[in-house]
Amino acid sequence: MDVLVAQLLNSLLYAAVLFLIAGGLSMIYGVMRIVNLAHGTLYALGAYVMAWGLLRLAGESGTEPAYLIAFLPVAAVAVAATGAVVEPLLLRPLYARAEEYQLLLTFGLLLMLEDVMRYIWGPTPLTASSLWAAFGTLHLLGATYPAYNVVVIVLGLLAALMLWALIFKTRFGVMLRATSQNRRVAAALGINVSSVYVQAFALGCLMAGLAGAVVVPIQGAVLGMGVDALVLAFVVVVIGGLGSLEGALVGALIVGVVRTLAIQYFPELELAVLYLIAAGVLITRPAGLLGRA
Amino acid sequence: MTVKHAPEAAIALGAVSAGRRAGPVPWYVSVLAVVAFVLPLLENVPGLGWLASPFQRIQLTYGLVFGIAALGFNLLLGYTGLLSFGHAAFFGGAAYATGLVVKYLHASSIESFLLAGVVFSLLVAVAFGAVCVRYTKIFFSILTMALSQVLWALALKFFWITNGTDGLRIPTPTLLGGLIPIPEDKVRFLSFTYYYYVLVVFCICVAVMWVITASPFGKALQAIRDNEVRAQFIGLDVPRYRGFAFVVSGVFTGLAGALFAPLNGLTTPDILHWTFSGKIVFMTVLGGFKTFSGPILGGVAYNYLETYVIKTTEYWQILLGAILVALVLLMPQGIIGTVGWLVDSRRRRR
Repeated sequence: MDVLVAQLLNSLLYAAVLFLIAGGLSMIYGVMRIVNLAHGTLYALGAYVMAWGLLRLAGESGTEPAYLIAFLPVAAVAVAATGAVVEPLLLRPLYARAEEYQLLLTFGLLLMLEDVMRYIWGPTPLTASSLWAAFGTLHLLGATYPAYNVVVIVLGLLAALMLWALIFKTRFGVMLRATSQNRRVAAALGINVSSVYVQAFALGCLMAGLAGAVVVPIQGAVLGMGVDALVLAFVVVVIGGLGSLEGALVGALIVGVVRTLAIQYFPELELAVLYLIAAGVLITRPAGLLGRA
Repeated sequence: MTVKHAPEAAIALGAVSAGRRAGPVPWYVSVLAVVAFVLPLLENVPGLGWLASPFQRIQLTYGLVFGIAALGFNLLLGYTGLLSFGHAAFFGGAAYATGLVVKYLHASSIESFLLAGVVFSLLVAVAFGAVCVRYTKIFFSILTMALSQVLWALALKFFWITNGTDGLRIPTPTLLGGLIPIPEDKVRFLSFTYYYYVLVVFCICVAVMWVITASPFGKALQAIRDNEVRAQFIGLDVPRYRGFAFVVSGVFTGLAGALFAPLNGLTTPDILHWTFSGKIVFMTVLGGFKTFSGPILGGVAYNYLETYVIKTTEYWQILLGAILVALVLLMPQGIIGTVGWLVDSRRRRR
């Protein structure tokens, strides 16, 4: 029973992080029809900013959990700011061109960002596991579980709720949905589409940065984490449906559970199974489980 | 989008144009071919020696191998209009097939390597193609990427078969069943014997691809790329054509992977990862994907670029990334397209 609870929580933890990454990727696609290959790298950027901030500013004595919570928004906003620079500078010239070009451009961006991070923070991983330990453990239904992991799960849930509220309950959300449905009609109705695009892209990046920041105490910041995360985020959005937020949530949960099961029972096939599921969904339901064709 | 430097794209489908087979070989192609064939003999010529040094010839061998890979890739991107982000599966898969026939069947001839690589990439291409050809644009790209990552994950995780991240070693092979003497010195082998072997295979590949693109099949692919609906109306079975293009493309890239394995001496999971697929895309776009020769030039140029940038700076990816971004934003036609544009505008001025 306690093993089951721990595994369930592990699945949720994994799903929460994946939802943050894939939700941003999916929203950017939904609004702007851009598949951002550098999205995973932006997630890694969030992790590096977070790890750097914790190590540099909080120092060795920074085992206070309060530092960590205070730094999460800083890292996320730093990534969002990067996105707000990238969109008008590099992506805007491409909207009128064939969509393959965005893949090429964002791949170039990925290569550049990977090395920028290596240049700034060096090739060795940055860790902050003492913070993770400082949170202590919780006893849940007979299982002992790290308290910080529960914080991440709750954060993921909160993020999903806030995103839902933003998109379906606010004026900005109406503009976002209008732009995503028909860019030209939205522009004709007086919506500043360029500004919506920048904000949508920055919001997607904010989520990726937040995801990167929250995983730092658990797994640290490592080079290459972004490239691997991107493909997993693709798996999630492909399962759930590209451009659908509910889909990203469902996809993240499915991937979280399948991965935990796979690690438990057939560790060699852990990654292959995920990619095969994505391929299987694309074959049977090209628009994803919750996507609109 | 207007296609400026690809007159063949504008040729309407019809008995007349479809019957027009491969035209005469341009003069500069003959010159380049002659230079490539006499290159090893120029080693001791003063002033030219550095160009023909063993190091440069090995670099060129890598370049030719990448050229074959990009040539195959471009049958999909340039001629069929499908952007695959999974061609590492064919390149790396064939290299791994080579490593595995060495490990388990103790194969030692290059022909058996090539056979293993071609058969494996054929099987993978048929399996992937059956799934992928129903999709176009971004879905095609993502699907090829996800499928190729399956192979990467398997190569990484089944370490007792594939040696995980250490990779598989590939020893010096025999050529043409031992007809060609193998030099003792590995550098001599790679820069002379193997150089010529790759060069001959490369020429055969280019010739075959040239015939394919000029054939009615190649014209049908271009028709599908330019207007899928019209191509359907005139009776082309679009998924079928796409499927064949996918398989041919995969086999060419697979052949390149099998040639790469003994050249590199080692296959690691990097060449199965989707970022390597991205590099094949990079090569093709660098050279210019709207032309036949662009990807070949791109493969060779990319290899030099990577080699020299790595030499000068540890942060070579920044430069490569910046070049790719600049290419997409400023010269999407690649090197060949830009050169063609310069030549055209000079001619017009005269």
